Amino acid sequence: MVTLTSRTQATLPGARRRRRNDLRAALVFVAPATIGFLVFYVWPAIRGVYYSFTDFSVLSPPQWIGTENYQELLSDDLVRNAFWVTLEYVLINIGAQTVLALGLAVLMHRLTKSVVVRGTLLLPYLVANVVVALLWFWMLDYQIGIVNQMLDWVGLGRIAFFGDSAWAIPTIAMVNVWRHVGYTALLIFAGLQTIPTHLYEAAALDGAGEVRSFFKITIPLLRPVLAMVLVITVTGSFQIFDTVAVTTAGGPVNATRVIYYYIYELAFGRFEFGYASAISVVLFLVLASVAFAQIKLLRAGESDLS
Amino acid sequence: MTILPAAATTDPSVLNRKQPGTRPTGRISLGRAAAWAFMVLTSLMTLFPFYWMLRTALSNTKSLAANSDSFLPADLTLGAFQRVLGLSTTAEAIAQGGSGANVNFWLYLRNSLVVATTTTVGQVFFCALAAYAFARLSWPGRDKLFFAFITALMVPPIFTTLPNFILIKDLGLLDSYLGIVLPTLLMTPFSVFFLRQFFLGIPKEMEEAAMIDGAGRFRVFFTIILPMSAAPITTLSLLTYIASWNDYFWPLLVGKAESVRVLTVALGIFRSQTPQGSPDWAGLMAATLIAALPILVLYAFLGRRIINSIGFSGIK
Repeated sequence: MVTLTSRTQATLPGARRRRRNDLRAALVFVAPATIGFLVFYVWPAIRGVYYSFTDFSVLSPPQWIGTENYQELLSDDLVRNAFWVTLEYVLINIGAQTVLALGLAVLMHRLTKSVVVRGTLLLPYLVANVVVALLWFWMLDYQIGIVNQMLDWVGLGRIAFFGDSAWAIPTIAMVNVWRHVGYTALLIFAGLQTIPTHLYEAAALDGAGEVRSFFKITIPLLRPVLAMVLVITVTGSFQIFDTVAVTTAGGPVNATRVIYYYIYELAFGRFEFGYASAISVVLFLVLASVAFAQIKLLRAGESDLS
Repeated sequence: MTILPAAATTDPSVLNRKQPGTRPTGRISLGRAAAWAFMVLTSLMTLFPFYWMLRTALSNTKSLAANSDSFLPADLTLGAFQRVLGLSTTAEAIAQGGSGANVNFWLYLRNSLVVATTTTVGQVFFCALAAYAFARLSWPGRDKLFFAFITALMVPPIFTTLPNFILIKDLGLLDSYLGIVLPTLLMTPFSVFFLRQFFLGIPKEMEEAAMIDGAGRFRVFFTIILPMSAAPITTLSLLTYIASWNDYFWPLLVGKAESVRVLTVALGIFRSQTPQGSPDWAGLMAATLIAALPILVLYAFLGRRIINSIGFSGIK
């Protein structure tokens, strides 16, 4: 009410007065979000770095131990294993997902812009990771899962998808490709729609086929979009947790003990909060450098369209 | 084959391109047929698991093993749904291959509703307030604060999750709705960013006219900006609701107690409780279906909005 009355007086004198009133209103408008930001983003980020230099088991206050956690980390085989396993997951997941999504996006763009088709492809993305994981855990069951049943019909042998250490990571990666590919395809599709159609018309007039215009027009002009999509999906897929947690729980024999899961085990299974925080810091640094390198290498900010 | 001409006419650019006739038409339609085949196959692979979820949920767990090659429900029954919703006796549940352990999905369903609804209402409202201040008000430090908000988009969640857990624990909020909801109740960087983009596009004249008539910033916000932004606010609410409904990691850490356990966490626990040897597959699939259903229903009604908003999150 106060602002309302002061506003009526302020409209006449001009801009100076208005700006001051803006500040007062603005403070009220941004206050809740800023409190949320400070308390649940900024403060925990600072605490996280601090914890990583402590011996902290939650039960007693953190004890400053300097860089001990980081030294331990260097010689921890499970950390190294976790990073390798995660990397394997990311490579399979992103590789398959990007290629498939690009194909689907181009098909959606050239064949049909039907909302039903797009809606169908997006369906798995709307369902919780946990639901998707359990569904495929059942479909890929060694004994009575439908996929193994089908493999049997075709004469290929059954596969212990989650139980065989060679298959476990590729399986989890493909399950998540199934969940995410439609979403990624829609991101790329949105990018495709920004490419002017007259370019394709001109190329067709010049006798360029579908394949040629894909490599000469689509890919180059899509590069900034593809780069952004890659940065988002790569960073996201490093954070694989839910699927592992409800299917393999890290097994068989560490084969799927990805970083997120290892951090979770350290913190909530063994209460090694300081050590878990140190690994989170390292993960953060790795992700930041990966994103930075991608943006530089893929020249994400520049467009070839001009 | 009838779909081909129909599809071609929906996309004028494709029609235009074909007219020069640089390639033999036979090869084009072969390529198109292959493309369509791929598209149909992908759609089938997308939909089949959902059918399989339903098929299994309608089966009797004990009959599943003997009928693993049948595409119809094995020994059609609603038993799995009944035992998941706590409607069948222990004896009945065990007879159908269930564990007989008490599962109370009504409770978890209610908890998921409470958590997702509170998070969505709070987050969207507070982020709309902030987005308005960032988009339409001029005040010192505005751009710096906004930049700080956006920077947080790049921080991986785990980095803040562990300290946030300690914070919630120190506040005595473990196993409470507030503890589950609090970290995302006031803001997420994405929501602020999302709404700011829309508020930037609203013509200034509307606000100025209202202010000359004596309306204050708050009145302008509630009577002009919010109603005009109904569409983006609905879209963001949907995205927030889905994300919150599907979240697993955070509620797993701070909301394990039965009284506040949400569906995703309950599913994980249900899965790990299934007896050794042969899990209660029908029960598990009935439970996953129940967990997925509210989102699928929302999607059926408002799907177009979500689909059309997807491009936004990747491309500025």
